[in-house]
Amino acid sequence: MNKEKPRHPVEQFLRMDRMPHIWCPGCGIGTVVTSFTEALRKGEMDLDKVCVVSGIGCTGRVAGYIKLDSFHTTHGRAVPFATGLKLGNPELNVVVFSGDGDIVGIGGNHFIHAARRNMDLTIIVVNNFNYAMTGGQVAATTPIEANASTSPYGNFEYPFSIPYLAEASGATYVARWTALHIRRITKSIQEAMAKPGFSVVEVITPCVTLYGRRNRLGDGLNILKYYYDQSEIQHNADPRNINISYQGKLIVGKFVDKEKPTFLDAMNQHLNKVLGDDYQKYGKIREDQQ
Amino acid sequence: MKKNKADPKGVLTGTHFLDGDFSLAEGALAAGCRFFGGYPITPSTETAERFSERIPRVGGVFIQMEDELGTMAVLIGASWAGKKAMSVTSGPGFSLMMENLGLACMLETPLVLANVQRGGPSTGLPTLTGQQDMMQARWGSHGDYEIIAISPDSPQECFDFTIEAFNLSEKYRVPVLVMTDECVGHMHEKVVIPPAEEIEVSERKLYKGPKDQYLPFKPDKDGIPPMVKAGDGYQFHVTGLTHDERGYPVINAECQDWCVRHLVDKIKNNADDIIQIEEDQTDSAEVVVVSYGISSRVAVRAVNKARKEGLKVGNLRLITVWPFPEKRIRKLAKDVKAFVFPEINYGQVVHELERCAGGQCKVVGVPHMGGGVHNPDDIYKVIKEAAK
Repeated sequence: MNKEKPRHPVEQFLRMDRMPHIWCPGCGIGTVVTSFTEALRKGEMDLDKVCVVSGIGCTGRVAGYIKLDSFHTTHGRAVPFATGLKLGNPELNVVVFSGDGDIVGIGGNHFIHAARRNMDLTIIVVNNFNYAMTGGQVAATTPIEANASTSPYGNFEYPFSIPYLAEASGATYVARWTALHIRRITKSIQEAMAKPGFSVVEVITPCVTLYGRRNRLGDGLNILKYYYDQSEIQHNADPRNINISYQGKLIVGKFVDKEKPTFLDAMNQHLNKVLGDDYQKYGKIREDQQ
Repeated sequence: MKKNKADPKGVLTGTHFLDGDFSLAEGALAAGCRFFGGYPITPSTETAERFSERIPRVGGVFIQMEDELGTMAVLIGASWAGKKAMSVTSGPGFSLMMENLGLACMLETPLVLANVQRGGPSTGLPTLTGQQDMMQARWGSHGDYEIIAISPDSPQECFDFTIEAFNLSEKYRVPVLVMTDECVGHMHEKVVIPPAEEIEVSERKLYKGPKDQYLPFKPDKDGIPPMVKAGDGYQFHVTGLTHDERGYPVINAECQDWCVRHLVDKIKNNADDIIQIEEDQTDSAEVVVVSYGISSRVAVRAVNKARKEGLKVGNLRLITVWPFPEKRIRKLAKDVKAFVFPEINYGQVVHELERCAGGQCKVVGVPHMGGGVHNPDDIYKVIKEAAK
């Protein structure tokens, strides 16, 4: 009888035939992936119905390593692609896993509109403050004064605060953590996936090779520890007051967790009200929305 | 290929007075399309409006997206969730859609996109006709790929050919473009919608083997890989990167060779099955007028006038513009003096005609910059000159 080799609990969620992955030593993305797989393990959900959609970039590669129905799409379009999956089959639990450049840079328009519609998606944004896959260019999230390959004299553009953008656009769940808040990320992802509505979990992660090196922030462990030490948990903090400044304090926590009908809830309720029996209901209607 | 009778819920059987844009929507609903994503753009908006009114009564989703970039992405997602999906646009929106049209080709995703063409470039003539996106339809997204484009010339054909577009799209796992124009889109004519049981619709081939052995891009004997739906437990991966049969990225020249050849050859090798053309008196012709879309209706008048004067003129209408009917053109080129090709552009598909004619006969384009259709006399004059 063959004795099965003991396996790491994460392996069941990974395409082990694609290892080793492409991420740099000290990169924070792997930590977020581990938290995500922990959330899947603890979440007691039907994994067949969980889809992962990524755009382009370092974090865009996550979809390629996750052993679920997974889609590696185009730059910035992960959110509308995920919208298509969700609306095409409302039983799917769709997670967008991508980077800051993908989600709020090139994909910013899709992000705010999906939030406005309260599309039932979970968005995991890995924020490393720069475009890493292409060599560390300045991003929509780069703090003022931080150095990047296309802001060699330091950045002078105002950055987006992702939780503020999400909340202002209509998201029903918004949290932010640093990559070392492993259990808290896991819990937030669990909550976000269970939440019907547009949920956003931002994770501040070290980019050792580019952002870290260019700004002389030390090695991966140092940066990881530094972000953690700089963080202060303030649940329900007003998203207007949690901007990130260069090497400044990082306000983390769960900022938004509220109830609102999703796009499909609103569609079913409204069209049913207006059209009555002529309306062909679409997808399973949740009990609390009947 | 699995063929079914149309779902009667989506079929508005009867005789109607409809414009081309409305007929596109009715054709899609009859074909089983239950997902429409789009962004408003003249002169195509009536299709979206029709969908938004009809689909809640049929069972499906209409979503007005934030732009055309997101529109193509939402269609691909919906298609992988198992829906037949469609959008409609015009020139400026078509340009934005090129990004994810490439992804749809790369992921071999069935979907249908109609382009109700208007004059360009740029904002051009929002309310007036053109046939200026024909080369963009063929080559608009980056990289090498093959695509199918069909060109209706009447509201009835907008209905019929949209069904055909869905059938081809499902069969070959490729996006299919319905290249119509403002004239046809806004033209009201009689449209007969048959009973559902007389409409044949194709469904994509679904994989039936063991769950852990599914390979998203492993072609069957017919060259087309079977599909699965997201959520059915196959744990599959697809990527816009160059990929192997497993759907895994492989970044080297060998895999690129396999991947691109497959995308192109699955259409090229089935060109005879895909291509539809209409011919009239081409066998005995000295001059053959080639045309598509609204221009083919104008060309008929010019051809008839020339025939009355005793000229031997044939008519060849491209229903399928892409893939181009290369074989037929090569054969005809040996027998005729000239091809005459009126298009509402400065000369696009005529270059493909010229390539296929291979110097064996004259090829004369009849350009029109857009904003209207040709005056039939302008085509007639070129026919007469070409016949000399």
